[in-house]
Amino acid sequence: MIAIVDYGAGNLPSVVKALQYLGKECIVTNNPDIVGQADKWIIPGVGNFKATAPLANGRLGAVLRGAIAPDGRPLLGICLGLQWMFEGSTEAPEFHGLGAFNGLCTRFSERVKSPHVGWDSIKIDGRSRLLAGISSGAYVYFTHSYRAPVCCGTIATCTYEEPFTAVVERANLFGVQFHPEKSGDVGMQILENFCAL
Amino acid sequence: MHCETLAKRIIACLDVNAGRVVKGIQFEQLRDAGDPAELALAHSQAGADEIVLLDITATAESRNTLLETVRRTARQLFIPFAVGGGIRSVDDAAAVLDCGADKVAMNSAAIADPALITRVAERYGSQAVVVAIDARHKTPTAWEVYVWGGRKPTGRDAREWSIAAEQLGAGEIMLTSMDRDGTQSGFDCPLTRTIATSVRIPVIASGGAGEPHHFLEVFQDGAADAALAASVFHYGLKSVAAIKQELRDAGIPVRLTC
Repeated sequence: MIAIVDYGAGNLPSVVKALQYLGKECIVTNNPDIVGQADKWIIPGVGNFKATAPLANGRLGAVLRGAIAPDGRPLLGICLGLQWMFEGSTEAPEFHGLGAFNGLCTRFSERVKSPHVGWDSIKIDGRSRLLAGISSGAYVYFTHSYRAPVCCGTIATCTYEEPFTAVVERANLFGVQFHPEKSGDVGMQILENFCAL
Repeated sequence: MHCETLAKRIIACLDVNAGRVVKGIQFEQLRDAGDPAELALAHSQAGADEIVLLDITATAESRNTLLETVRRTARQLFIPFAVGGGIRSVDDAAAVLDCGADKVAMNSAAIADPALITRVAERYGSQAVVVAIDARHKTPTAWEVYVWGGRKPTGRDAREWSIAAEQLGAGEIMLTSMDRDGTQSGFDCPLTRTIATSVRIPVIASGGAGEPHHFLEVFQDGAADAALAASVFHYGLKSVAAIKQELRDAGIPVRLTC
């Protein structure tokens, strides 16, 4: 059973729909007990970084911090969910992320149209379980105004203004800045890879 | 420095009336073209980058968007999906998004109540908010905004309204040239360029697509971020793949599937 963590920030129906299409059992919940019993976690989300506050607080926060442990459960952060896996974001400096990856998320500059919306290609650099079967240069669907820096966990980048983290992966921790549930066959393969872990 | 890999999007539009896809010539003379869910899936498989479903009679006949059509269409679609027509409140937007749409397109209601753009953006994020603008030329360099399915002039300038919509929280502008809509004589590049260079959010050009070179023109001369067409795809005149191949040959970044 996969728990899709509902913290009130968007795009849950489309993630659920994609998993159902793949024939995977999932439950949308913010109940820390149910999250704690699930085999895998997905943290979706769009919108302002301050919306991630429920992920850091209370019992839910305590359960989710368990993902950092050596025996932590597979966790996939999508879009805002990926950004939350970093230390924080200049969008809402008073809120902290999970801190599993180093660096702060920042806004695209005035030099480019923002949000970065549409299909863009990712450059895969390194071996990845999440991206098994995906070719470097594949197109995926992005929609975001803030981006995570390239860090030691980065396994795929996208270049818009400058390179940023498109995919992070370390042990049981996975994050994608784009929306796999909206990225056609490429995205469905990525979700299937995560489900098969 | 500026990125050259962000693909120019080809968007297939389904104009829906009473649960069936239709396409008007300059908003009239509706013809039947099929089932929305089937056509959306076919377009996705053919390589369309996004699907827009417009309930073209919703505003004029004061009906809400057909939520069941949206749900059925969204079920098997794993590319971005926008829905417009008859969205007049945050609740209307919520209903459509809950049925599986990723974005809502608002037109007449946004003109009547501009704060609606902000309210939907605050609740769902700007990426979910498309402001649709139907514009008709007034002078060679100015275009007037029309509402109610193109039947009612507003007196508002399209450029001025686009800038205001961005400031209110719109994430994209869907810009339809009423002069070109349904004519298959090419997009209105001067209109598109005027808007695309005035805002910092993506502009989707609409109205007038007929040949692959029309898409090339609107990306090169019109500075569009995406181009939308309906009948050009529904009747199989030009496949999305053929259009994308021509764009790629001309050096325009596009997403090629398979």
